[in-house]
Amino acid sequence: MDHSDLISKLLKGNTRAAARLITIVENDIEAAEQVVNSIYQYTGRAYILGITGAPGTGKSTFISTLTKNFIEEGKKVGIICVDPTSPLTGGALLGDRIRMKQHFSLDNVFIRSMANRGQLGGLARATEDTIKILDAYGCDIIIVETVGVGQSEVDIFKSAQTVLVLLVPGLGDDIQVIKAGIMEITDIFVVNKMDLPGADKKVSDIMQMLEFKSSYKYESADFDEKFAKINQWTPEISKVNSKTGENFEVLIKLIEKHKLFLQQSGIILNYLKNRIKTESIQILRHKLTKKIEDLMNTDAEIDKYIDQVIQKSLDPYSMANQIIKMLGLEK
Amino acid sequence: MSEKRKIKVLVCKPGLDGHDRGAKVIARALRDAGMEVIYTGIHQTPDDIVNTVVQEDPDAVMLSILSGSHNALCPVIMDKLKEQGIDDVLVAVGGIIPDEDKPFLEKHGLMGFYGPGTDLNTIVDFVKNNLKR
Amino acid sequence: MTEFDKIKEDMEEWQNSVSDKKERQRSFRNLSDIEIQRLYTPNDIKDLNYELDLGFPGQYPYTRGAYPNMYRGQLWTMRQFAGFGTAEQTNERYKFLIEHGQTGLSVAFSLHTIYGVEATDQKALGEVGKEGVAIDTLEDMETLFDGIDLSKISTSMTINAPASILFAMYIVTAEKQGHSPEKLRGTIQNDILKEYIAQKSWIFPPEPSMRLIVDTIEYCTKYVPQWYTISISGYHIREAGSTAVQELAFTLADGFAYVEAGIERGLNVDDFAPRLSFFFNSHNNFFEEICKYRAARRIWAKRMKNKYDAKKPESMRLRFHTQTAGVSLTAQEPENNIVRVTLQGLAAVLGGTQSLHTNSFDEALCLPTEKAVKIALRSQQIIAHESGVTETVDPLAGSYYVEWLTNKMEEEAENYFEQIEELGGVIPAIRANFFQKEIANASYKYQQEVENGEKVIVAVNRFQQEEQSTIPLLKIDEEVAAEQSKKLNNIKKKRDNTKIKEELEKLQNAARGTENLMPYIIDAIRVYASIGEVINALKEVFGTYHEDSIF
Repeated sequence: MDHSDLISKLLKGNTRAAARLITIVENDIEAAEQVVNSIYQYTGRAYILGITGAPGTGKSTFISTLTKNFIEEGKKVGIICVDPTSPLTGGALLGDRIRMKQHFSLDNVFIRSMANRGQLGGLARATEDTIKILDAYGCDIIIVETVGVGQSEVDIFKSAQTVLVLLVPGLGDDIQVIKAGIMEITDIFVVNKMDLPGADKKVSDIMQMLEFKSSYKYESADFDEKFAKINQWTPEISKVNSKTGENFEVLIKLIEKHKLFLQQSGIILNYLKNRIKTESIQILRHKLTKKIEDLMNTDAEIDKYIDQVIQKSLDPYSMANQIIKMLGLEK
Repeated sequence: MSEKRKIKVLVCKPGLDGHDRGAKVIARALRDAGMEVIYTGIHQTPDDIVNTVVQEDPDAVMLSILSGSHNALCPVIMDKLKEQGIDDVLVAVGGIIPDEDKPFLEKHGLMGFYGPGTDLNTIVDFVKNNLKR
Repeated sequence: MTEFDKIKEDMEEWQNSVSDKKERQRSFRNLSDIEIQRLYTPNDIKDLNYELDLGFPGQYPYTRGAYPNMYRGQLWTMRQFAGFGTAEQTNERYKFLIEHGQTGLSVAFSLHTIYGVEATDQKALGEVGKEGVAIDTLEDMETLFDGIDLSKISTSMTINAPASILFAMYIVTAEKQGHSPEKLRGTIQNDILKEYIAQKSWIFPPEPSMRLIVDTIEYCTKYVPQWYTISISGYHIREAGSTAVQELAFTLADGFAYVEAGIERGLNVDDFAPRLSFFFNSHNNFFEEICKYRAARRIWAKRMKNKYDAKKPESMRLRFHTQTAGVSLTAQEPENNIVRVTLQGLAAVLGGTQSLHTNSFDEALCLPTEKAVKIALRSQQIIAHESGVTETVDPLAGSYYVEWLTNKMEEEAENYFEQIEELGGVIPAIRANFFQKEIANASYKYQQEVENGEKVIVAVNRFQQEEQSTIPLLKIDEEVAAEQSKKLNNIKKKRDNTKIKEELEKLQNAARGTENLMPYIIDAIRVYASIGEVINALKEVFGTYHEDSIF
């Protein structure tokens, strides 16, 4: 199916074309491949923020206020809101949009709601492709928002350049949530609702937690030795009031600071490499899984192996090795 | 591994009518039937709704109107969708729609017309069976 | 062995004799999900103390009725809600109803009026005059009551966010008829808390909205002493899907919040509490509704006395208006609604309502036709004059079931009061979406029970028929919007626009401070400022409210 018409419209900044293409990449991985093929060279301009936090931390109001600030700077913003798919019904209530749109007009903001569809990796792939589309569409900033508790959500944040995690005073659970794996990749901790009592305590709770961390985001094994000497990024903590807009200028400066850090330290290149590797793994995983499943269902050779396993002359692991040989994948 | 296609639905309340009990119940029912549902909330202007359709690209739009303003609001919404080149979305209106108004609304491309007392399965099936794409 | 023990013993025997008899359902639960037993006996109310728990009608704790001789002295007010199209059209309908025996007026306003938006505004597209009478300026109000002597009739105005403005218009209209405000009788609904909870027709955030309400209360204590300043409503909460217990609890909680706001303003509770009134729903479960009203009276009386230190009996007496449940009307076989409404109306009467609106049978489809509204009125008249239930006060008192259920509902309501307290009160609970979640869950549960047949709706999910009867419907002319726009534009040309600017500025200045805003609102509408203009001026100072959508 030819999407070149939509793509040329996308590159001219046509909103509906962008939306149609997002639907396509969400639902059809083969088509996604073609789309990304055509638009990849036009991506790389947008700055990507990942934002998450436990329920009750005021993410929607926070993102609205942040977006309002960006718009005032003349930027075009894309927001991808991810909500969980119900494991029971397969359906989802995508409720973030309704909380956000009232703060600004939709001329400069593109909001897209997505369900995580309960799939490991699948979500990250669709989100990654959506980011590319919004990038090519012309967004200066792309915000990806999730509830951030699952593995797939952690994967999404590998696509983000700056990751912000929201906490609020008085909510006991939120620190637990970030311990679940997000903490390692957080660049800025934001204490929202700073007008509430306990805001300062929350800041010190976070600082305490950070003291016990054994490693920071940019110290991981695949972190290039060369950069180990240059200033590290110690996660920053910022207090804001999303209702009044208080302290947002400070926060935005922090984000700028992080962006600068990434660029100056060269880590941005590392980040890019990691992002590409992660994305490739996702794509490969999908393609190979599909290939293998097709094979398992159609190949006569494999049927023979299955019979052998039934007769116990072969065990499942050995069968797998045979298939790997068959696919020419053994090294 | 093929994923069964998910149906994406927008449930909206145009106009000033704030009675959202039905819209919310329908949103939940569609979710329980496996669809991805965005509820836009109350007090949506036609522009609000059309902008949301443009960005979210849903398969279906369900308008809930109980205040009698359907004859005025629905054609405006349909015209704006047409202006955007959107013609493959199922647009249904429900709530309080007298029989005699249905031909007029049908002429403008609307379907559905379910009101109080309709069981939720009927509405779920209606969406599944009337998608335009 | 006491008498109670003997009954208990005998009952066990009796239960055994019934145990092999199959029942139609596994359990019988009412609309608040309270399980109802097969039989109630003196044991179920053995702790009931007549003096403390029931008392006499018209006396603390008012369980048996707000007034001593109730309908033997005076029947409830038959007050049919009406309003549609232009002020002229509704004026005609009012005259029709008064002619046919209606004893009080009740005004339904157009949705654009309710939201403080002018008829010519984009947002009003399609809404003008459809759900109620279109009022934009004082001139419309004058037309609405043309030929109706406001000193001789009591008027209930169903208006909330802009209530102070419509009230101001009513006062000035009466003034022009030659009547001073002390003579005026009636009520404004003026209950903003339930808007955030259920009906959603708010404009400003909670704090300035409460300020406006207390302003009207304060104003009335001085100048309009016969007026009921708030109709604290449970009707809409119920219509949004709450259970009967939730309706009871949330409404009373709102009431307490208003009392506290008045006290905070520095008003003496006995100066304003007598002029607070209530508005309940009357839904399908006959006995549950009756018990709800009795429990409401008792809860209110006890709290007013014990917590808020009220001294005047009138402060402790809960008076209420009832409307039969709109949400229970079916579009299928609409004539059946006449029966539903009759039962619901009867429940309200047996529960001791002070005034009653019975829905018309065609209201699931549109605003009522003249014929339908007449039948609704006749239903009340037949209950009042033919059924005999008015011959004695609180006839169901002493019923083991009724007294047990009244107690039970009071108990469950108290549970809710505790939860609300824990959240910090009504406004914090609203912000925490407490009420909205309870209601959304109750309404979804109810819908599921209807879908799986547990709850029967005759002719909808049981005994359905293929062919539908068609009945003539009321059609609101699209012309109304055009007419109203023309009127509005004319008035804007005729009036003194410099005065308008002046008055609105004065209003805004006062709004920024703490003065009572009623006199400023009166001055603004007197020179024919529109509701939309007043609201916009206030919006600039108060801001607008946005809700978190919960479901």
